[in-house]
Amino acid sequence: MTRKEIFLQKRYNSEKRFKLYGKLAISFALIFLCIFLYKIFSTGFSAFQKTLIKVDVTYNSELLFLDENPSLDDIKNADYYDLALETMANLDLNADEDQQNELKRMVSYIFDTEIKNHLLKNPDLLGKTSSVLLTASDDLDQIFKGNYPRDIPEDLRRVSDYQLTVYDKLIKDEKIISKFNFSFFTRADSREAELAGIASAVVGSFFTILVCLFISFPVAVLAAIYLEEFAPKNKITDFIEVNINNLAAVPSIVFGLLGLGILLAVFHLPRSTSLVGGITLSLMTLPTIIIAARASLKAVPPSIREAALAMGASRMQTTMHHTVPLSMPGTLSGTIIGLAQALGETAPLILIGMVAFINTIPMSPMDPSASLPVQVYLWAESAERGFVEKVSACIMVLLGFLILMNLLAQIVRHKFETKWS
Amino acid sequence: MKKINAKNVNVSYGSKQALFDINIDIEQNEVTALIGPSGCGKSTFLRCLNRMNDVIDICKVTGEIFINDFNILDKKCDVVRLREKIGMVFQKPNPFPKTIYENIAYGPTIHGMTQSKEEMDEIVELSLKKAALWNEVKDRLHEVGTGLSGGQQQRLCIARAISVSPEVILMDEPCSALDPIATAQIEELIDELKNEHTIIIVTHSMAQAARVSQNTGFFHLGNLIEFGSTDKIFKNPENQKTQDYITGRFG
Repeated sequence: MTRKEIFLQKRYNSEKRFKLYGKLAISFALIFLCIFLYKIFSTGFSAFQKTLIKVDVTYNSELLFLDENPSLDDIKNADYYDLALETMANLDLNADEDQQNELKRMVSYIFDTEIKNHLLKNPDLLGKTSSVLLTASDDLDQIFKGNYPRDIPEDLRRVSDYQLTVYDKLIKDEKIISKFNFSFFTRADSREAELAGIASAVVGSFFTILVCLFISFPVAVLAAIYLEEFAPKNKITDFIEVNINNLAAVPSIVFGLLGLGILLAVFHLPRSTSLVGGITLSLMTLPTIIIAARASLKAVPPSIREAALAMGASRMQTTMHHTVPLSMPGTLSGTIIGLAQALGETAPLILIGMVAFINTIPMSPMDPSASLPVQVYLWAESAERGFVEKVSACIMVLLGFLILMNLLAQIVRHKFETKWS
Repeated sequence: MKKINAKNVNVSYGSKQALFDINIDIEQNEVTALIGPSGCGKSTFLRCLNRMNDVIDICKVTGEIFINDFNILDKKCDVVRLREKIGMVFQKPNPFPKTIYENIAYGPTIHGMTQSKEEMDEIVELSLKKAALWNEVKDRLHEVGTGLSGGQQQRLCIARAISVSPEVILMDEPCSALDPIATAQIEELIDELKNEHTIIIVTHSMAQAARVSQNTGFFHLGNLIEFGSTDKIFKNPENQKTQDYITGRFG
């Protein structure tokens, strides 16, 4: 081979090697992503299933302390606790007092409400017997789902041998069933894993993002338009530009401290609310949107501005009729990306108190609420086994929203953006 | 009759002077071509005439430019009114990414020239007819202007410029991005437009200058070297540099 051929061969080889390295890097990243997703999905999937115990309830008026012909209001206001206890005790007629207590703990603490709601749906059942589905306790739920070992010494598990025998009997009688866990989406947080849901977190996150959008979008767009189209290019605007870029790099927890120190301490806005959370996050989103908006304003070719100016449009008209509308797709997709970032933000929200235990669903941004990422953090901290799957399920919901928003950003960008030849 | 009269126009970008003491008289309803090598200042001068240089922060223009005996470099001159009277067509076709109709209606709309949709339709049709584009686009007025061919886009830009009936039309190398056929169409159009408008065209092509213009100015390094009738400049130039340039010895 001549020297030239050797040289050429070397060049081809290095090109091949480079391609190989690239492929390796991509597969490496993909493998990690797959492991990550697999772990979350395999753990979290069971949270969408709920374990229920089918029990026969005899709606005995005496146990409910009701008169002969009770009105609907009487039925509503009756105390169902004794009836519920009796129902659970009926699972094993030979149970002593301790064992009856254990039977009670096999279902969630809202078992009396569940029995009551069943009756309220069909008031004719009074005095009759009907089978009712009761939410199983989280420990039983985990055993049913196979997440919790049962072949360990009794004092190491949270389910007693007695409960297991009753459980096995219920399984044999096909009294334990599994259903789609609607309450995971409709209930707020709870100390009991089997009852905990993400409704408060979803609504809280929604309000937070809404507040964040309404504050950061107009401010950022106006700032970007002024800086890009009207501001003179001098030292002051350069300084502002540098600072906006720096702001985008500030750790989010610093914004949390700002929210705590100013919004809560000085302005005394209500603690733990999505209003404060939204304002705090909007500080974080502002630089992201400003940078995106400026980039898309810059991408509008100067020839369009010249065309409008030469037609006798004022600077304001040129900006509002041409430049801004043309930059909107880019600005909007930047905004959505910024909001997606804000949606996944945890640290600042913890600092302004959105980490509090909230077991109600917020009705407005002024109500105390949770948010999705903070809910993940809260549940991950909980000791109960039942919360493990809830953490992953909550992450799945959060990831779902994030993917949806990023997809939307892509669609906005590709569908509405003007292509310049 | 003189339409434009420039006196001692100096332009500088920061510390770099781009034009030196330009004095020029431009005749009404004639085509004036400005020629010269790249960077000689011919486009800069053209952009002084509708104050497009205003948008460049570091650009400073001194001297006097009288259009209809009114100094447009005066602070009192309103650029919006000025640009309504002085239209411009750019090097690269730059229609708005809107429909053909909207492209043309934009000028009349912002200057409040019409009261009804019928009037606007009339202006759009007339402008497109004057720009010799009507027959090609009359069935697709509501399609985007950027979907047209390069030559059609440039004629659309000309139609847009004449929609507000300007007295003067400035053309900054309007054919440099077009093929020969489209160029020929535009040149034909320029010849017709001069009956109603005064046209100043900057061009790189000396052949084009010779074809379309009645007067020609030759710029070199920011100076107006020679100005006179096109015939004289091309056949019998006074200045040696002009002679060298038009015979292709430099530039």
